[in-house]
Amino acid sequence: MTNVIAPPAGPARTRRPSGGLFRLSTASGIGLGIGLVWFSVLVLLPLSAVVGAAAAGGWSAFAGTLTDPQTFAALRLTVVEAVLVTVVNAVIGTIVAWVLVRDDFVGKRLLDVVIDIPFALPTIVAGLVLLSLYGPDSPVGFNIVNTRTGIFLALLFVTLPFVVRTVQPVLLEIEVEAEEAAASLGASRFTTFRRVILPSLVPAITAGSSLGFARAISEFGSLVLISGNTPYQTEVASLKILKFLEGDNQAGAAAVAVLLLLVAVVVIVALDILSRRVARRA
Amino acid sequence: MPEVKEIRQHKSVVTYLLRFFVIGYLFVLVVWPLSEVVQRTFAPVEANAAGGFGAFLERLQDPSVTYAFGLTVTCAFWAVLINTVFGLGISLLLVRYEFPGRRILSVLVDLPMSVSPVVVGLALVLAYSSGSGWFGESLESVGIFIIGSTPGMVMATAFVSLPLVIREIIPVLEEIGTDAEMAASSLGAHAWQSFRRITLPSIKWALAYGVVLSLARSLGEFGAVKIVSPGAEFRGETATLLIQNRYNNYDESTAYAAAFVLVLAAVLALVVVTFIRRPEDRT
Repeated sequence: MTNVIAPPAGPARTRRPSGGLFRLSTASGIGLGIGLVWFSVLVLLPLSAVVGAAAAGGWSAFAGTLTDPQTFAALRLTVVEAVLVTVVNAVIGTIVAWVLVRDDFVGKRLLDVVIDIPFALPTIVAGLVLLSLYGPDSPVGFNIVNTRTGIFLALLFVTLPFVVRTVQPVLLEIEVEAEEAAASLGASRFTTFRRVILPSLVPAITAGSSLGFARAISEFGSLVLISGNTPYQTEVASLKILKFLEGDNQAGAAAVAVLLLLVAVVVIVALDILSRRVARRA
Repeated sequence: MPEVKEIRQHKSVVTYLLRFFVIGYLFVLVVWPLSEVVQRTFAPVEANAAGGFGAFLERLQDPSVTYAFGLTVTCAFWAVLINTVFGLGISLLLVRYEFPGRRILSVLVDLPMSVSPVVVGLALVLAYSSGSGWFGESLESVGIFIIGSTPGMVMATAFVSLPLVIREIIPVLEEIGTDAEMAASSLGAHAWQSFRRITLPSIKWALAYGVVLSLARSLGEFGAVKIVSPGAEFRGETATLLIQNRYNNYDESTAYAAAFVLVLAAVLALVVVTFIRRPEDRT
């Protein structure tokens, strides 16, 4: 693996180092205090405000917003598109990682850099990049504006690196001996892949897929120009929040936002558990 | 080991099929659209107008465009500065010190990256907008306006790029352990001396890596900033907002010119990051 812009490597987990941990001194205690105050002002209080605004109207108002047909259609479209993109990424991402690790050809390093580009680009630019080829005056005669295909393509673009970058390092570490043994016992290449290689890749594929899923659910910037924002057709959750906010319906915006927050938290916690389990097994 | 080589070098039809599939996929999804952007950036607006590098530079020199890029750089600068100081401190505390809630904090600091940018913007509005925010009124009474002004945009940018420095430093801090620091302090070094002489040199590459990543992320932030910014020309319009506004107002050539600058910045960040990672790999 050469370089990754923001390696999608899961939470910044802290292991207990082999040496001891220091007790908090006065200075480090003050430091921790200042850090926590800033973290609360920047992250915790605003996020609590979202939960507060969503809860202010009580359960019925919250459920009412989410089951409103138009909002529900947006949520369903978001989930369906994210699931589709995640499945495609799990397969294609693994293939891309495989080719980058095991194959060897001129220009492979360049391809390795190309993987990072979608992640490094600002999201609005990512949308514009896709529109330049698949937009209104497309040279290939293919207009994705205001279509579900367009949303799919944009999500595929921005989530490209996740599975590739989590699977690649694992694939690099797999011992060729096990494959050799399987082959010498008469296993075909496909059987070897399915029985020997795939099982050790599953944690990495799962981790990459969940990160990609979380990203797809919450994606906003790259969809702004592409999704036409037509209710029931091409409106996704994040754009629905924007519409609520522009219509001065902060409770509605907060209700959808809480749902997105929940997905983010679930993914983070799941990844934390997964990585701890993998670390323990290793 | 010849057998290993054999397995690695054995190329069946499947190998070639997969290779061409991957090349084709990445070409259609990434390379071709990108090359189209480059082409449009330097293409003449109308059939008889001048194109090329001169026209591109001219579009960028428009006062509203220079204002947008100036504002983007300002927001990114403060966000990166804040995140670097905060990230260094929190990483040291999380790795080196024992305190209640340490594990929860280590999971929480990672949260901002996974929150949708729109939710980040909404959260800041609900907390600090002078009309409806929790603290909006009390801040307004002392004359502080966060939403719709630069401080709010800096906060939005800092929020989304918060974990990047922390993520890079923590693994390195864990790896180097505490032996050298313990030795330094037993020899009478102050905490600051031991940090400057022992800790900082060993994490400097990870720190640089994290700073470049934060900078790249901050320069390109769109969703969160869109919600907290007034977003009008000369009033809170950053480079990314400018791209959206210009594209929607049928001024595609300016949108592509600004986008091209951001693409260059992103690619530059990728290149710098490669060079930073290299000395680390050597050791």
